[in-house]
Amino acid sequence: MPQTVFAPWEDPGEKPLIQFRNVTKKFGDFTAIANIDLDIYGQEFFALLGPSGCGKTTLMRMLAGFEKPTSGQILLGGEDIVDTPPNKRPVNMMFQSYALFPHLSVWDNIAFGLRREGADKATIETRVADMIRLTRLDKFARRKPHQLSGGQRQRVALARSLAKAPKLLLLDEPLGALDRKLREETQFELMDIQEKTGTTFVIVTHDQEEAMTVASRVAVMDEGQLVQVATPDRIYETPNSVYVADFIGDVNIIEGAASQTGDKVLVSWAEGASPLVATTQALLQKDQKCFLAIRPEKITISAEEPEVANKVQGEILDIGYLGNISTYHVKLPTGHVIKASATNTRRIGRRAFTWEDKVWLSWTDTAAIVLER
Amino acid sequence: MRRLILIALPYLWLLALFLVPFLIVIKISLSDVALARPPYMPQLDLSAGLAGIKAFFSELDFENFFFLTTDELYWRAYLSSLKIALVSTLFTLAIGFPIAYGMASAPREWRPTLMMLVILPFWTSFLIRVYSWMGILSNTGLLNNFLMWTGIINEPLQIMNTEIAVYIGIVYTYLPFMILPVYSTLEKLDDSLLEAAEDLGCTRTSAFWRVTVPLSKPGIIAGCFLVFIPALGEFVIPSLLGGSQTLMIGKVLWEEFFNNRDWPVASAVAVVLLAILIIPIILFQRNEQKQREAEQ
Amino acid sequence: MRRMSGFNLVSLTFGLAFLYLPMVILVFYSFNASKLVTVWAGFSTKWYGELFRNEAFLDAALVTLKVAVISSTLATVLGTMAAFVLIRLGRFLGRTVFSGMIYAPLVMPDVITGLSLLLLFIGLGVDRGVFTIVLAHTTFCMCYVSVVVSSRLSSFDTSLEEAALDLGCTPWQAFRLVTLPIIAPAVISGWLLAFTLSLDDLVISSFAAGPSSTTLPMKIFSAVRLGVSPEINALSTIMIGIVAFGVVIFSIMSKRATVRQQQEERDAFHG
Repeated sequence: MPQTVFAPWEDPGEKPLIQFRNVTKKFGDFTAIANIDLDIYGQEFFALLGPSGCGKTTLMRMLAGFEKPTSGQILLGGEDIVDTPPNKRPVNMMFQSYALFPHLSVWDNIAFGLRREGADKATIETRVADMIRLTRLDKFARRKPHQLSGGQRQRVALARSLAKAPKLLLLDEPLGALDRKLREETQFELMDIQEKTGTTFVIVTHDQEEAMTVASRVAVMDEGQLVQVATPDRIYETPNSVYVADFIGDVNIIEGAASQTGDKVLVSWAEGASPLVATTQALLQKDQKCFLAIRPEKITISAEEPEVANKVQGEILDIGYLGNISTYHVKLPTGHVIKASATNTRRIGRRAFTWEDKVWLSWTDTAAIVLER
Repeated sequence: MRRLILIALPYLWLLALFLVPFLIVIKISLSDVALARPPYMPQLDLSAGLAGIKAFFSELDFENFFFLTTDELYWRAYLSSLKIALVSTLFTLAIGFPIAYGMASAPREWRPTLMMLVILPFWTSFLIRVYSWMGILSNTGLLNNFLMWTGIINEPLQIMNTEIAVYIGIVYTYLPFMILPVYSTLEKLDDSLLEAAEDLGCTRTSAFWRVTVPLSKPGIIAGCFLVFIPALGEFVIPSLLGGSQTLMIGKVLWEEFFNNRDWPVASAVAVVLLAILIIPIILFQRNEQKQREAEQ
Repeated sequence: MRRMSGFNLVSLTFGLAFLYLPMVILVFYSFNASKLVTVWAGFSTKWYGELFRNEAFLDAALVTLKVAVISSTLATVLGTMAAFVLIRLGRFLGRTVFSGMIYAPLVMPDVITGLSLLLLFIGLGVDRGVFTIVLAHTTFCMCYVSVVVSSRLSSFDTSLEEAALDLGCTPWQAFRLVTLPIIAPAVISGWLLAFTLSLDDLVISSFAAGPSSTTLPMKIFSAVRLGVSPEINALSTIMIGIVAFGVVIFSIMSKRATVRQQQEERDAFHG
């Protein structure tokens, strides 16, 4: 059976589950969200990514119903939900602080939403039991929240928000309170649960690795605006701006002036240095200011002068040893410091380069991305 | 709609039973006595419209306040209240600070118990606590009996019905108000600050004066206001322990009202007392505000 | 370094002795057979007997209790509402006046509060009695309750209320099912505070009470004005005893609760 790729945003016939239309939110003079349009599709795992204060939490709270947009429409399944209070929306939220009710047991926390719906006893019991099994909380059902560890609390919060089988689940920094190792495990667990329940997830996070790991699409936000909305690999490989390139992962940014022939761009970037070559779909004017973004792992480091499109020589300033890889900071005669990383396939004693070595850095003409802003 | 009810109910309650009564006090303080019973002159006649309101205001005067300045009794009472409140605040601080300091240096596991021991008297009747000193301080009381038995004195000391008894009463009843805020600042004080001071050449004593005392200043200030403000308008203590010679404004107000039935003057006394109190209250609020900001 | 030095120990001992000795003496002399309070004439409980035969005291005690129960309950409802309004409802017209009216009675001298209420009652022509005392007590007690409850509410994680709304509660259900159970300890201590303040109040009651109604503090005050009396000693002993008993029970219960909670938290990581 051929595996079809999950990409409803590519299909013009697909109806989005959530639509933001010209949504603006102001708090007094401060504009938290500036005229945003965004479609999120059913069964997506959608991440809102950005630094604190970028408006991602406000966007999520508008979906939950805790904030009303100053102007614009929010549609859920085609219906405007702006005036629907939070308790009437088929949307549930997992809070950053988990917001578990301290006076209720795990079981009662999970059953809380079902009881409000007026579900009958048998339904509640089966549903809660399902949720408890799904989140592996069987041993803790009778405990109070303060008797649980951080990871267990996180699972209770997830179970509680999933219990009502919402059309849309909002997760506000769901893993922020967990330590690194647990966070990584839980990311995969979240993806697993999302797949099993088929619920649409919208996650808010400031952690780019987390967003890249879990999400089907990522929206990178800055100062109340969407900078780029795309799949994780596109965000990483073809960022649309210096902001996105810099926010996601490590990158070298080189500023220069363009001269284009076909899809090849020559970027002159420093006095006396030969121009760098890159490919692009865009059309740049002669001498237009542009930026080259090159990921450190796409740069090769060598002692001999290589035969590649782009090469520069410099001196090793610093070496960051991370175990599996090492990052070299190489200072060029022009004053630029370029980061290049290499996999440590050999033992440390036999490493090829050390401080103050003269080395060549090189990359192909498709490695660098040309950015206009 | 719910929101409106939620706001309106406590709001209207306080408006009717706190603010309006207070405005009445101000109004009556500006009125004249008419046969020592209401209605007082002038009365607000709303049926006469604007002219009525005008007439009402034109007849109000400051006569009662002038009266307060002409009769020595009142300004002496204000002065002596201020003096008594101030002196007893200082005494309370002098006695309360060492206790708070002792609590803060006690082993950690004792502290909740000590705290409870200090709070406990607050839950027992104020009146009874004041009363308990009557049997101790009177001429034939325990203190005099004890001192005469030891031979220190031959004649009983006259403590009861003097200002000294009032000082003792105020210090005793308001001591927890001093201890608790001072203790809470001392308890938060980081021990390593004192170690650092000693490390930098302070002696124990100079570290105390240069580090502990300045850092506990917010607590000391809060404690002083918490004693001074209620002490100024105190009624029970001077009337039980102070006898007839002790003049305090709360007592004067009470007597003016219940014994002389002169309500306009009693109201004027109240208004002036409040005017005096506003200054320490504002200073106290500012101190609290500063502390809250410092904690954030 | 702060250490438990000799000086600290002495100041603590003297401080606590100063706080407790007068009351201990009072309790001690309530068992004195002699009418003369300062001369010990053997152990006797006869003053307690006298006290229980004194109907005026019993009546006053009953009035006081009635007033305290009603006004502290009313004050708790109103004070909790006021705290909620101050902490949760944000800005509204007249909010400054409102918070001023909550905090002002806390620092207002009793004589002024009492006087102003009496002038109001007279102005309205209300018959003074238990009803007016309840009104007066509720007013100043609700301010204390609101301070206690609002300090708890301001440290309350608002996302708990949002979670309740998110899971389908109406705002009222969210308050009843989530907020109230969690702030309950503060509401209870607010009630207790209001109750003791009401039991204790002399000055405001004296102004608000009519000629027909007398509270226990008013009765005690008029009795002790004439000097120390063994009956009052006995009464004081009973009142001190009730408070001491209540506080000890309360603190033992809360201590047990903390121990249990700590135990459970320890268990959580071995379960």
